[in-house]
Amino acid sequence: MNVLIDNFSLYAEGFLGTLELTVYSSVLALLLGFLMASFRVAPVRSLRVFGTVWVTVLRNTPLTLLFFAVLLGLPRFGVVLPFEVFAVLALGCYTSAFICEALRSGINTVPTGQGEAARSLGMTFTQTLNLVVLPQAFRSVIPPVGSTLIALAKNSAIAGAFSVTELLGTYKTLSELGYNIVWTFVWIAVGYLIITFAISALFNALEKKWGVAR
Amino acid sequence: MAVDPLIELHGVNKHFGELHVLRDIDLTVGKGEVVVVIGPSGSGKSTLCRAINRLETVESGTIRLDGRPLPEEGRALARLRADVGMVFQSFNLFAHKTVLQNVSLAQIKVRKHAREAADSRSLELLDRVGLAAQAPKYPAQLSGGQQQRVAIARALAMEPKALLFDEPTSALDPEMINEVLEVMRQLARDGMTMVVVTHEMGFARSAANRVVFMDDGRIVEDRPPEEFFTAPRTERAKDFLSKILKH
Repeated sequence: MNVLIDNFSLYAEGFLGTLELTVYSSVLALLLGFLMASFRVAPVRSLRVFGTVWVTVLRNTPLTLLFFAVLLGLPRFGVVLPFEVFAVLALGCYTSAFICEALRSGINTVPTGQGEAARSLGMTFTQTLNLVVLPQAFRSVIPPVGSTLIALAKNSAIAGAFSVTELLGTYKTLSELGYNIVWTFVWIAVGYLIITFAISALFNALEKKWGVAR
Repeated sequence: MAVDPLIELHGVNKHFGELHVLRDIDLTVGKGEVVVVIGPSGSGKSTLCRAINRLETVESGTIRLDGRPLPEEGRALARLRADVGMVFQSFNLFAHKTVLQNVSLAQIKVRKHAREAADSRSLELLDRVGLAAQAPKYPAQLSGGQQQRVAIARALAMEPKALLFDEPTSALDPEMINEVLEVMRQLARDGMTMVVVTHEMGFARSAANRVVFMDDGRIVEDRPPEEFFTAPRTERAKDFLSKILKH
């Protein structure tokens, strides 16, 4: 218990760091995932190819490697940003590939006839997607998107290795100060649980309100 | 009839893989005409119907609507589709919208009508198909026949130049077929241009101006219903009619 009380501000700083990384990356991942999912079902071939390449590359790259690529690679092209922003970019892009596929599986649950009916009424591709297909797909993608965002919260720990302030990274300072490593990690785990349980609760609520009625 | 053509197909061909589903189709539908397309399953009649508003693309040949060739994918195609209503075998009502919203949605989003104007027109149309009382319900709460009548009202809401029916009664219980056919007969009497793919021979006899008989991707006969049903010219049509009219 002492380790938490003595170092509360350090823990709080790490916790907020992880929370910020999670929130910003989630927003980026949801937006990009939504865009890529639209690309992958678009009637334009080049958009479909772009979406497929995006997913294939990001989903099959180890996240740590992606962090290296972004944090060490982008500055070589003159893109210099705070490490936090690089971390959000890496996490957001990586997770967007998974969000895209979750959304696409949801789109596939909507009968093709719904899209055909919308198009036969003169709706454009964007209208068909936004007014008819996605609202119905949304109901079935709530659970997998929730899981993906929980994974994102935990993946944010990798940012700690690149000197971004986040929760897991606090253990280094604490173990140097000689605190019991077990209790240090127990409180770190509690911090992650608070975030992941919050995401779970949010998505349970969304599912209760919008989920498919059975 | 057919003095003023609305739908024209010339030399239309399409394959599904190896299968040649449409072979050199020539068909003209005049304004106000009701053309019923019949034939055995797999003869290409549904594909023909869907090709008219480009839900199926074709490989060769031309399709013209009101004198203009069918545009490629994009806004021009969307505009054209708004003018050609389609009614599907499986109704395809938007499951997440109420009956009223189903009929109003495209009026608001495609025709850019105000919501109040769209809703009042929707209620009028729902009344015309006998379903005004069901307006606040969701599609899943309606019977198949009711859903199909809503689908017809939804297509009519766009004030289409023509309506395409792709086996509109094939997924319905026998006792619900008539309520849908009655609505379609009324539309035919009101002068709507209609292409109807169906197995309902009674409807073909009573409402059609012409019967088109398809087999193996070809139009085999194209004649007025009385002539076709009493004296079919081809062996294939005789065989088909003897099988379906016996029971």
